[in-house]
Amino acid sequence: MPERRDLDRLLEVADDELILGWRDSEWTGIAPFLEEDVAFSSIAQNEIGHARALYELVARELGTTADELALDRRPDEYRCAPLVELRRLEWARTIARHWLYETADEIRIAALKGSDDPEVAGLAAKIDREEAYHRMHAEMWVDRLLATPEGREKLREAVEELWPYALGVLDDELRPRWVERVRARLGFDLPDVEPVTREQHTEELRELWEEMTMVRRSAPAGASW
Amino acid sequence: MSVTAERVWEALAEIPDPEIPVISLVDLGVVREVEVEGERVRVEFTPTFLGCPALETMRMAMEQQIRGLGGEPHVEVIQDDSWSTDRITPEGRAKLRESGFAPPAPREAGPPTLVQLQGTGAAFRCPYCDSRQTRLENIFGPTPCRSIRYCESCRQPFEQFKTI
Repeated sequence: MPERRDLDRLLEVADDELILGWRDSEWTGIAPFLEEDVAFSSIAQNEIGHARALYELVARELGTTADELALDRRPDEYRCAPLVELRRLEWARTIARHWLYETADEIRIAALKGSDDPEVAGLAAKIDREEAYHRMHAEMWVDRLLATPEGREKLREAVEELWPYALGVLDDELRPRWVERVRARLGFDLPDVEPVTREQHTEELRELWEEMTMVRRSAPAGASW
Repeated sequence: MSVTAERVWEALAEIPDPEIPVISLVDLGVVREVEVEGERVRVEFTPTFLGCPALETMRMAMEQQIRGLGGEPHVEVIQDDSWSTDRITPEGRAKLRESGFAPPAPREAGPPTLVQLQGTGAAFRCPYCDSRQTRLENIFGPTPCRSIRYCESCRQPFEQFKTI
């Protein structure tokens, strides 16, 4: 059985994927153009699928269920990074968050692929195969934004605003490698700030939680249709 | 007549993929193993994409088919990297192409790259006219497993299976 510390780490990833999946799904129907409507809807579906698989793995060890982990905790019990909580229905910020998250997630998933626990390593390998398409999509957009002075400026502003939140995704061990990668790719001066940690939840998480758990809370015995 | 692994495989091969009904679950390669002990039938099922909404439907359909043979189904979902689009059978690939879906390119050691997807590799041939003059329209499509391409020769959009 994985140690408690490892379960906490898996819950962090699961909560990030669930909440980001929820945020991505907010573009369904209203993205700037149809291709992106389809892309963000599909990415949202994948992220929530990853969350479910991770919750199932953790739930077995804790003697609970994936639904209970996903929907029955109080907002302050979630382990997600505030980066994924932010509601930013603005394109440059959406792309900046997407790229910052996917590049950080890649490093974390690579670490999980090397886990001694074969179930964790196997699931991480599967998730990574799917995430490769999310990373491709994020890189394609960063290329587009960096290609013009206006796009570059919009991306720079968005990254600067999100930076303290983005720093909170990885732990002290993995973060430096990722910061180097971001610097090399974007070439921006990044602000010297403290990370917003996983304990510092935003009001936006609370609002999202109200909506996300509404059906569950209104039908505690289980909704069916 | 008692349940045998062979009969279970035959019964599972009758289940169409819920989203692409031209191919069966066996063509799709998601059934990894079938073990029969008396009436107990254990099936190892490997999901395609973890967020695929058809997973639960597939699982229920398998259980129903096994009960139909008089077996007691135990469908075990294996959430690791053992399913790949390489497991889609040659018959499954042929059926996909006939129905207007380009089958996936073979898996390589690393994940595919945008440069490959934006290229005109042999796997991205148009399923309608066989032309290699096709271009990537969108990495994402109507379900997680598909991308959208466009054929410059016959001017048809078509769906391309992603390589996993």
